Amino acid sequence: MTVPVTETKFSDLTRMPDARGHFGPYGGRFVSETLSFALEELEQTYLSLRDDPDFQAEFDRDLAHYVGRPSPLYHAERWSQSLGGAQIWLKREDLNHTGAHKVNNTIGQALLAKKTGKPRVIAETGAGQHGVATATVAARLGLECDVYMGATDVQRQKLNVYRMRLLGARVIPVESGTRTLKDAMNEALRDWVTNVDNTFYIIGTVAGPHPYPQLVRDFNAVVGREARRQSLEQIGRLPDALVACVGGGSNALGLFYPFVEDDAVAMYGVEAGGDGVETGRHAAPLSSNAPRGVLHGNRTYLMSDEGGQVSDTHSISAGLDYPGVGPEHALWKDVGRVNYVAANDKEVLEAFRELTHMEGIMPALESAHALAHAKVLAPTMRPDQHIVVNLSGRGDKDIMTVANIDGIEF
Amino acid sequence: MNRIDQRFSELKEQGRKALIPYITAGDPAPQYTVGFMHALVEAGADIIELGVPFSDPMADGPVIQKACERALKQGTRLVDLLDMVAEFRQVDTETPIVLMGYLNPIERIGYETFADKAASVGVDGVLVVDMPPEEADEFGPLLKARDLAAIFLVAPTTSHARAATICAHGEGYLYYVSLKGVTGAATLNADDVAEHLAPLREMTNLPLCVGFGIRDGVTAAEVAKVADGVIVGSALVNRIAESVEAPETIAGQLKSVLAEMRTAMDA
Repeated sequence: MTVPVTETKFSDLTRMPDARGHFGPYGGRFVSETLSFALEELEQTYLSLRDDPDFQAEFDRDLAHYVGRPSPLYHAERWSQSLGGAQIWLKREDLNHTGAHKVNNTIGQALLAKKTGKPRVIAETGAGQHGVATATVAARLGLECDVYMGATDVQRQKLNVYRMRLLGARVIPVESGTRTLKDAMNEALRDWVTNVDNTFYIIGTVAGPHPYPQLVRDFNAVVGREARRQSLEQIGRLPDALVACVGGGSNALGLFYPFVEDDAVAMYGVEAGGDGVETGRHAAPLSSNAPRGVLHGNRTYLMSDEGGQVSDTHSISAGLDYPGVGPEHALWKDVGRVNYVAANDKEVLEAFRELTHMEGIMPALESAHALAHAKVLAPTMRPDQHIVVNLSGRGDKDIMTVANIDGIEF
Repeated sequence: MNRIDQRFSELKEQGRKALIPYITAGDPAPQYTVGFMHALVEAGADIIELGVPFSDPMADGPVIQKACERALKQGTRLVDLLDMVAEFRQVDTETPIVLMGYLNPIERIGYETFADKAASVGVDGVLVVDMPPEEADEFGPLLKARDLAAIFLVAPTTSHARAATICAHGEGYLYYVSLKGVTGAATLNADDVAEHLAPLREMTNLPLCVGFGIRDGVTAAEVAKVADGVIVGSALVNRIAESVEAPETIAGQLKSVLAEMRTAMDA
């Protein structure tokens, strides 16, 4: 067999997952039997629509006129100069309708929900961005919407909770387990098992059972396609490095995926270091080399104890507070395509303040993880080199968290 | 012959249906579990499903979620469960034991190590809730090689084609999940169950056992008319939950719940 000339070191990665949803040893469909039917149905719906020009056109139209795409690629000149190294460019997903990249995926999945004719959608949410993005599309399409959110996160993300309620969604606090994102996902899965006939589950990240990791990636890949085109236009070439935060990993995969065969483009996935990876109080399964495990329908790197019980995680950012990570990231770590690193809470806050002061852009604490690593990376590079950072969300929702740290009460 | 197959062939000869209680191991504390297992056998259990506690029991309702939390709080691990089975086997060498739980604790121990240990302590079957046959390529043969039954679930939503695959891979018995939902949810409808079991009968000779929604003697007897076995979990675990402050009373309560079902089923 002749190898096409365009084949590169990482071309195999564009052919994932396989027909059963495996990314090498990761991914899959580890669910109880009641859900198998719904997942098969979703897979068939998605595969039949993915290459349908009408579906794609409708998706593109919504992204343009409802979300406001393309989002700008902004040269953070002042910040770059102060760091004294590479030029930093921000992919402004914070400027999307609802304020984060999450809406790219919820628009796509809502279109699928519409095609399947199910009148109700459910979602899990951590920081609330995915919940807001789901409640938004549900309002627009007139779908009933229930959002599961860990009780701890309901407390620390009050603003987003109220936003969802204003949009007509019911927010259901989850009191079980660690009362964060993973427990919200457990509860959403329990709801789905019970109401599978009339309910579409809009998963917010590139995790969960097949085909979710694939379709969430595909819907978010618009970020990377735009960034690639914009880099060629504005920089005149591809960037030297991409940086994005990784919780479940949807904004990172969205940015990285269209660059995966560009061997010269380095990629950095930044996990939540919490109090520091060395303290054990973090949410960084990849960079801490957590063992492999199975949770929420897929095999991946998973923080768990010796007995296989899933560990508590710690992060200043509710959206990254998750013990697992999307299976495609697990594979990309193993093959060396992406460097996975962690930024701790302190570094994240510094980056949050610095960007706000120097560029007048207030990032989400999740996105500030990516900024924190860009801060480390840029000074090691030359001023004629370029870094694209995914500014995956805006920081309004985090003002209360930061104010609390500053000792300010409203 | 595996103890599960042995048990079903005995029941068939006697014209009786299997009564299969489930309890979560280590609930309310590990030292009680083996005693509970003996009590269940005395009250008429034919097979025991022993739940492996997990931090994220996605297919379970609040009753079994809380049982997992209590067991984990007491430090119950999968290796402790295997010790419990070994202890149980010192007295009872006949009652089949099925371990039921989620995949991650088994992944951490390693499939082969787990299968070796389970076989050596006298486990007879394994039901991993979040491992359908498609994901059991590696684990299934390891169980088979040690004469451990790989037991799978069939749901009301399972398509005909999938059911055929599951029947082809399943051993021991088929666990028919009687309703859409988590464990401990609403009461089942026996006519509905009968309708779903009929096509399965044509696909397999495996005994068909029904779980989810069986609360008392009446529902147990209704299901026993159409199925080969009745699985009862939340109704028992509820009793444990209500008596965590008086654990010495639990064995007696479990016996009375199960004995009522046994009597109703055999009537």
